[in-house]
Amino acid sequence: MAEEKKYKYSIIIPTYNERLNIALIVYLIFKHLRDVDFEIIVVDDGSPDGTQEIVKQLQNLYGEDRVLLRARAKKLGLGTAYIHGLKHASGDFVVIMDADLSHHPKYLPSFIKKQLETNASIVTGTRYVKGGGVHGWNLMRKLTSRGANVLAQTLLWPGVSDLTGSFRLYKKSVLEDVISSCVSKGYVFQMEMIVRATRKGYHIEEVPITFVDRVFGTSKLGGSEIVEYLKGLVYLLLTT
Amino acid sequence: MKHIVKILSMVVGISTFWIGLLQAAIVPRSHTWLLPIYFVVSLGCYGLLMVGTGLMQFPTCPQEAVLLQQDIAEAKDFFKHKGVDVGSD
Repeated sequence: MAEEKKYKYSIIIPTYNERLNIALIVYLIFKHLRDVDFEIIVVDDGSPDGTQEIVKQLQNLYGEDRVLLRARAKKLGLGTAYIHGLKHASGDFVVIMDADLSHHPKYLPSFIKKQLETNASIVTGTRYVKGGGVHGWNLMRKLTSRGANVLAQTLLWPGVSDLTGSFRLYKKSVLEDVISSCVSKGYVFQMEMIVRATRKGYHIEEVPITFVDRVFGTSKLGGSEIVEYLKGLVYLLLTT
Repeated sequence: MKHIVKILSMVVGISTFWIGLLQAAIVPRSHTWLLPIYFVVSLGCYGLLMVGTGLMQFPTCPQEAVLLQQDIAEAKDFFKHKGVDVGSD
């Protein structure tokens, strides 16, 4: 029998005021990845609500080698949070996910399985296919999402069904390569990452995920987000 | 090649074809002049169709919210005696 290579997975979770959710998400990750070698890297941007205290409590419980706290002084943005987390990642693969429980750790095994089966460079979660889904969006929100998706598909041919999703697994070297060429902020950053990866010819696979919108805390989608999105689309259209 | 270059080449290709049609007059000129408008309108209709059907078939998962609440309760229960503070905000 061929010896199975054991891979290590670094899970980077950027946080800002996720005092309640961070403990829940760490519990769920440990629950669903029992036989997997992994580490959780919490990149907290100086949360005033005491998120880091909770992380320290989690470190006492699970070990500082499994739960890493790599904080920053203040809110510095998502892209740089990933780069910061990457510097401390010792895994062969890097998972990025949100701390607000919209991304459920129970899908982590399916990401890992898909990657092992296909040897993909990137496995991205998609909410828009059968087996996936969204809960907690009203009709307007769904309409905006669908419209935005159709527009992006028509203009960019991105090669994935869910462009703004941020639940992804990357080969570490691939993430390092793609992230170095991305300059956008916020969720446009997520779009830029996957579009640049497609342009560079990386093998990308998708797995269905379900997305339950913000259990604790407030979600944001207003006119300014829509404008940002359109500007992002034009930027990606012209520069990728 | 940048994506925009690909798109512009396609546009140039289609425009050349259209101009060729105009000159060759295989199809009556009056119709050919309207072709770009037909094209844009059908593109728009196609887009609206995609949005509409996508909206109708939008996958939802109400049961996931219930499962999530169960997971949260389970996690809070676990942490109660383990020195991790999971009281409400």
